[in-house]
Amino acid sequence: MAQKVLVIIPCYNEDASLPTVLAGLQALRLDDDLKPLVINDCSKDNTREVAESFNVTVLNLPINLGIGGAVQTGFKYALRYGFDLAIQLDGDGQHPPDEIEKLLIARSQTQANIIIGSRFIDRKGFQSSFLRRIGISYFYWLNRIFAGVPVYDSTSGFRLLDKKAIECAVRSYPDDYPEPESLIIFAKAGLKIKEVPVVMSHRLNGRSSIRRGSSLYYMIKVTIAMFFTFIRKS
Amino acid sequence: MARIQIITIIINLLFVFYISRLIIKNRLREEYAIIWSVCTLIIIVFSVWRDGLAIMSKLFGVYEPPNLVFTAFIFVILVYLLHLSVVNSKLQRNVNSLSQEIALMKEKLKDNNEEQA
Repeated sequence: MAQKVLVIIPCYNEDASLPTVLAGLQALRLDDDLKPLVINDCSKDNTREVAESFNVTVLNLPINLGIGGAVQTGFKYALRYGFDLAIQLDGDGQHPPDEIEKLLIARSQTQANIIIGSRFIDRKGFQSSFLRRIGISYFYWLNRIFAGVPVYDSTSGFRLLDKKAIECAVRSYPDDYPEPESLIIFAKAGLKIKEVPVVMSHRLNGRSSIRRGSSLYYMIKVTIAMFFTFIRKS
Repeated sequence: MARIQIITIIINLLFVFYISRLIIKNRLREEYAIIWSVCTLIIIVFSVWRDGLAIMSKLFGVYEPPNLVFTAFIFVILVYLLHLSVVNSKLQRNVNSLSQEIALMKEKLKDNNEEQA
């Protein structure tokens, strides 16, 4: 049975990489029914024109909400139009569209509510820098403590959510640096989280939202946020 | 331990507790909580470490230690107020563009409806 799958592509100034991502997505041939949805988070470049030149639905946010707010807009769309699954795929080209199939296969095999595409299980492809990896192993431990699930790549934005998870993300989703924190929200809601190995590439264009100067701030902020999400009544 | 130390420590702990409650109830964003927690942490350090203030004043070349407290805190409060003004200005700008966007959309919807009628 073909499922309705929404591919949410949050974009902020991605006009250089977006054509590759969208072309790759349109070239995919899968059993399920994929619908790309570009969320243009008030980009200052030509992201809007580039996205609209493809035959895809584009949501242009009138103000910049940050990655979390942009992605949550996609989840709201998925809920409103009755999609079975939602996949987040970053617009910077880090997540190759061909890898979507792996998430869908993992979903049909495990029936987990959330499938995370992870760089660190098979250790293939782009592995991110040394400092970044230290941070990621730190988040691995935080997640084990707070969410009780071993997730190796908790900062990965390449994920699949089912209906239950979408409903949960629509209710509350953090707005900056949302990935590690959202896992705790999902775990507290009793959702099942699984990780599958995927191969990621260097982002084609643009920079990470986490720059080196602010990475300490990022760690502190996310740690506090994760802690309070953990003790907050859901 | 002097009485004043115990009093400041208790007040500080209550303050930390209140901040935590605000975050748990989703009424305070974590990034603001960071600043408030750091401030209370500094006060706790100085209430435990009694000679700290005298040593710090010497370091900065301030004759009267209490003056250092007032100067430092007024400065911190000013900077933080400025930061809040910046945040507030941004919010104001966002509300403006949202309102304009909604007005434009409403107008377009009205146009569409009239065309259909």
